[in-house]
Amino acid sequence: MRTLITGTAYVLGDHIDTDQIIPAEHLVYSLTDPEESKKYGMYALSAVPIAQAGLPDGNIPFVKEGEYHSMYQIIIGGINFGCGSSREHAPFALQKAGVRAIIAESYARIFYRNCVDGGFLLPYESTGRLLDRIATGDLLELHLTTHILINHTSGDSFQLKNPDDVLPIIDAGGLFEYARKSGMI
Amino acid sequence: MAMTITEKIFAKASGKRNVQPGENVWLNVDILMTHDVCGPPTIEIWKKEFGKKARIWDKDKLVVMPDHFIFMENVSAKRNIEVLRSFAAEHELPHYYDPGSERYRGVCHIALAEEGFNLPGTVLFGTDSHTCTSSAFGMFATGIGNTDAAFILGTGKIWEKVPASIKFSLHGLMPPYLMAKDVILHILGDIRTDGATYCMAEFDGDAIHELPMDERMTLTNMAIEMGAMSGIIAADEQTVNYLQNRTKRSYEILYSDAGAAYYRTLNYKIDEMVPAVAQPHSPDRRELVRTLSGRKVTKCYIGSCTGGKITDFRAAAKILHGKQAVVPTFIVPATCTITDLLSVEKYDEMTLRNIFENSGCTIVQPSCAACLGGTEDTIGRACDNDVVISTTNRNFPGRMGSKHSEVYLASALTVAASAVQGSIADPRELF
Ligand code: SF4
Repeated sequence: MRTLITGTAYVLGDHIDTDQIIPAEHLVYSLTDPEESKKYGMYALSAVPIAQAGLPDGNIPFVKEGEYHSMYQIIIGGINFGCGSSREHAPFALQKAGVRAIIAESYARIFYRNCVDGGFLLPYESTGRLLDRIATGDLLELHLTTHILINHTSGDSFQLKNPDDVLPIIDAGGLFEYARKSGMI
Repeated sequence: MAMTITEKIFAKASGKRNVQPGENVWLNVDILMTHDVCGPPTIEIWKKEFGKKARIWDKDKLVVMPDHFIFMENVSAKRNIEVLRSFAAEHELPHYYDPGSERYRGVCHIALAEEGFNLPGTVLFGTDSHTCTSSAFGMFATGIGNTDAAFILGTGKIWEKVPASIKFSLHGLMPPYLMAKDVILHILGDIRTDGATYCMAEFDGDAIHELPMDERMTLTNMAIEMGAMSGIIAADEQTVNYLQNRTKRSYEILYSDAGAAYYRTLNYKIDEMVPAVAQPHSPDRRELVRTLSGRKVTKCYIGSCTGGKITDFRAAAKILHGKQAVVPTFIVPATCTITDLLSVEKYDEMTLRNIFENSGCTIVQPSCAACLGGTEDTIGRACDNDVVISTTNRNFPGRMGSKHSEVYLASALTVAASAVQGSIADPRELF
C-alpha cells in the first residue's frame, strides 16, 4: 500500500459538480479503449468557470489546451465536492488527468463512493477550510498513515479526518479487490 | 426500538432486527436499473472483475432503460445503445426497453414507476443520481456509480451507510397556482445544496398525502439536489391504487414509528407559499417569481423526469390554451405513455397536443433530451447567450448545453406563463 503522495495543488471552490468535472457531452467516449479514454483527462474540470479555476487567482486551466495530463496531482476543494450526477466518469476523468487525491471539506455521497469503490483516487475530508491556506501550485505532501498534509511552499501542516470506515476498501484498492480479499466473491 | 421508515427498510434488506444511523450494512437489492450512459461501462467492469464467473445475479431484478442519448446522430451514443442491445439479447433480459422498438419507454425514473418496478418497502439502486425519484413509493432508491452497479449485477449486494433522516412536514392544500416544484425549490432555498448530505429526506404531513404520485415524484426527484441520499414518502392508498394493474410482485408498506429519531424536522405550510424559481447556476438560488418578473428569456423547456410528467403538461396547457408562446418553447414528455396521453387528455375540449401545437410549441420525442445538454444536435439544447426557463432539476453551468447560457428552474405553470410573456412571469397573473 502507498504511504505517501506528493504533488502540486490545484485549488477549487465550493460545490464543484460533476458537470464541471466532466461535461455531459464528453460522456460518450469509451472508458476502456486506451486512446479514446485519454480524452477524459483532456476534458477534466473543463467546465469550471475560468475565474474560479485554480484559486486564489483563478484563470488557470487545469489541463493545458491540447494536452491529456494536468500538472496538478492533488485537488483542494471546499464543501459538497462532486455534487450532481452519478457519473463515475468524474473521478475517472480526474484520475486520467493524473490526480491522485482530493482534499475537500465535504463530498456528495455518490462521488465519494465512486472514488473509493472504483479505487480511482483518495477522497480525504479536511477538518477545516483549506481553500484559504493553500494556493494553486503549492507543493504538497500527503501522508496516508498519519493522515497529515504538509504544504512545503508555506510550511503549514494540517491533520485530515481519518477515513476509518472505508479504509479497508481504500487499502484494498477498490470494492472488487476488497471483496476478493475478504472472500465475498 | 422506534425506527424511521428508512431504517426499517435497511433492517429488512440487511436481514437485521434493528439498524442505527451511521452503521455500515450490506443490503440485498430488489431492483438494479441502468441506462445507456452508465450501462455499457457497468457491463465492462462486471465482465472484467468477475471474468469467467460473471453471472447476472437475477435477470428478473435487472432493468435496462436507455433514455439519455436517444434520437441523435452521435456515433458513440449509438454505440452505447448497441452494446446494451446485444447484452440484452445474449442474456435474454426480460426487462430491456429497446429504443426504436415498441418497448422503448423514455426517461427511466418515470418509466420505472409506470412499469411497476417501484414497490413499497423494497430497495432499488440505479446508475443515475435521480434514482431517488422512486422513493416516492415508500421504498429506498438511490443512485450509484458503475463499479457499485457492476458489483450488484454479479452479487445482488451493496454496502451502504444507514442514513439519519431529516423530516420535512408539509401541511395545507396546494393552491391552484402552485406545484410540487415550487415547494421543493422553496425547501432547497432553505436547506441549500449540501444541507442534507449523507441524510435521508423524509416528506410527511397531510399535504403530502393529497398529492398525486406524479407530484410526489417531483419532490423525491430533487432530494439529491439537497445532497440527500434520497427522499422518501410512505405509501398510502394513492400508492396502492397506482400500483394496481402495474405489478404482480409483492411489497410491504412500512411507516416511521411515532418515536423515531430525526436529525432535524422542518415544517412548511404549502398553502402560504408562492411560485418560486432557482436562479443560475444552482438549484438552491431561490427567488420569488414575482421579484424576477419581466426578466427576458430566450427559450422555455418543459420536460425531464422531474418536470415532464402528465401533471406538468396539464398545468402548462391550462396557461397556454388560446395563447401564443413568443419564444421557442419545447414540450418534452418524459415517457411514451405521457406522449400518448397528450393526444387523449383534453382541456376545454381540446387535446393537450393541439393546445401546444396551436400555441407554437415544439413537441419533442420522449427522452432526457436537453435536460443534460446532450450532443450538438439535441433539440432544445441551450446555445451561447440563451436564457432558459425550464422545469428540469439542475442549472449548473453548461448543464443544458452551452456554458455561456443561463438556466432558471421553475414549475410547469411558471414556465408556460413565461413562454407567453417572453419573460419570467408569475402564473397567478394568467389565471
Ligand atoms: S431527464 Fe434529466 S435529470 Fe432526469 S434522468 Fe434524464 S438527464 Fe437525468
